[in-house]
Amino acid sequence: MELLDANLELKEIQKLQGHTDRVWSLAWNPATAAADVPSVFASCSGDKTVRIWEESPSTRSWDCKAVLEETHTRTVRSCAWSPSGKLLATASFDATTAIWENVGGDFECVSTLEGHENEVKSVSWNASGSLLATCGRDKTVWIWEVMPGNEFDCIQVLQGHTQDVKMVQWHPTMDMLFSCSYDNTVKVWWSEDADGDWSCVQTLGESNNGHSSTVWSLAFNAKGDKLVTCSDDLSLKIWEADIIRMQSGDGYAPWNHMCTLSGYHDRTVFSVHWSRDGIIASGAADDAVRLFVESKDGSMNGPTYQLLLKKKAHDMDVNSVQWFPGEKRLLASASDDGTIKIWELASLA
Amino acid sequence: MTLGLINANPVVHAKKERVARSEDPHGDDAVDPLEIYDILPLFSILNFVRDIRDPEHPYSLEQLSVLSEESITVDEKLGRILITFTPTIQHCSMATVIGLCLRVKLKECFPPHFKLDIKVAPGSHADEDSVNKQLNDKERVAAALENPNLRQLVDECLYSNEL
Repeated sequence: MELLDANLELKEIQKLQGHTDRVWSLAWNPATAAADVPSVFASCSGDKTVRIWEESPSTRSWDCKAVLEETHTRTVRSCAWSPSGKLLATASFDATTAIWENVGGDFECVSTLEGHENEVKSVSWNASGSLLATCGRDKTVWIWEVMPGNEFDCIQVLQGHTQDVKMVQWHPTMDMLFSCSYDNTVKVWWSEDADGDWSCVQTLGESNNGHSSTVWSLAFNAKGDKLVTCSDDLSLKIWEADIIRMQSGDGYAPWNHMCTLSGYHDRTVFSVHWSRDGIIASGAADDAVRLFVESKDGSMNGPTYQLLLKKKAHDMDVNSVQWFPGEKRLLASASDDGTIKIWELASLA
Repeated sequence: MTLGLINANPVVHAKKERVARSEDPHGDDAVDPLEIYDILPLFSILNFVRDIRDPEHPYSLEQLSVLSEESITVDEKLGRILITFTPTIQHCSMATVIGLCLRVKLKECFPPHFKLDIKVAPGSHADEDSVNKQLNDKERVAAALENPNLRQLVDECLYSNEL
């Protein structure tokens, strides 16, 4: 179905309340993407807690299954499930990253990663679950190795950003790490050899068509050959790289700017996420969620992207948007208004 | 926190007479810009230099011309507020603290869906862009307000008694 031709809308399926402060971030458990498994996601908040939500097979709605509290002493800013879905990492303004394990329905904090000098803002697992990355206001990005028995060893502290690092994200198929910052750049970190040192192999800055203000978030398409970034400069930027060349062991292939989507947002864009079937969702400070798709009638310069729809999603800023990793076209959004909403992208009735 | 006043000799202006408005053209939920103004009558920048025994210059932001009626714009339809303030000296390191205090106080006065942008008046501060960027990064603001020392400073500025 050609997305731009179909009459699509974002239908609100459910509004989840429970957090007592703004909800900063949420993450779907990847192990619950299959159709016959109740889907699960985690949310984290300024109320210092993390909530686990699970879909009830009978009612088809999400209920709060657990509240992870009394561990973080400040805002929990971001959360990420390991690829196996067995562990949940939570990053907090209290300068720690907690690792939680689901032990027979109860979530236990099995490890606490310390080291950052101040607020930890983001955490991300690599595709195989062997590495973890964190970043924070201390301008550093930390890479941790996942050892047996829930042990985590810091293998390197990456310096390079000149300001607060807002988010880190591993590439979906390769061990390549991306970080975005208050210094307006996106940095790519890579290690030539398995045991070698990690270094910054590329910086996407203003001089190569990069953003002109804080870059808040980034996301990859399913194939991993395209990247979308969003910023306080009110734009989204699409980047691409020759991933095939990289995957064949031909060395690092740089990311190149493909296009900039400007004029669609009038306030800071906090979050961006790419669905399996190529729809980019953005969450912004104007309380709205926007969806963009590739436009088939691109010029000689390559494909461009078009706005599919804009939806006023919440009463306050949208901080996070995340597509469900399974077949269903579901989108979750988290807001300063303390609520989470589940949306379905469906044809207008 | 340095001892000694940052600006020992501020220029003090007479308080303007508040003109009472007889009609309210905006309706029930309207917020009169002057109301914000009234809530900050005794906001004293220099109160938080605690080591000084006698608080000098117990003047308000109004009297120091840091804020005036002209510096507040409210768009009720869009739900947006823009405040510009003028730090008394070009290198005022208190600019970010003043900005934080403004945010906390104004959050109490406006409905939650209002968006607030705070800036230093153009040309009034040496690091204008840097200060404005910090003041409008809500993640930085949230983290700053979770810092107990900073929070205490802000609370003292906002809730200190009339002198």
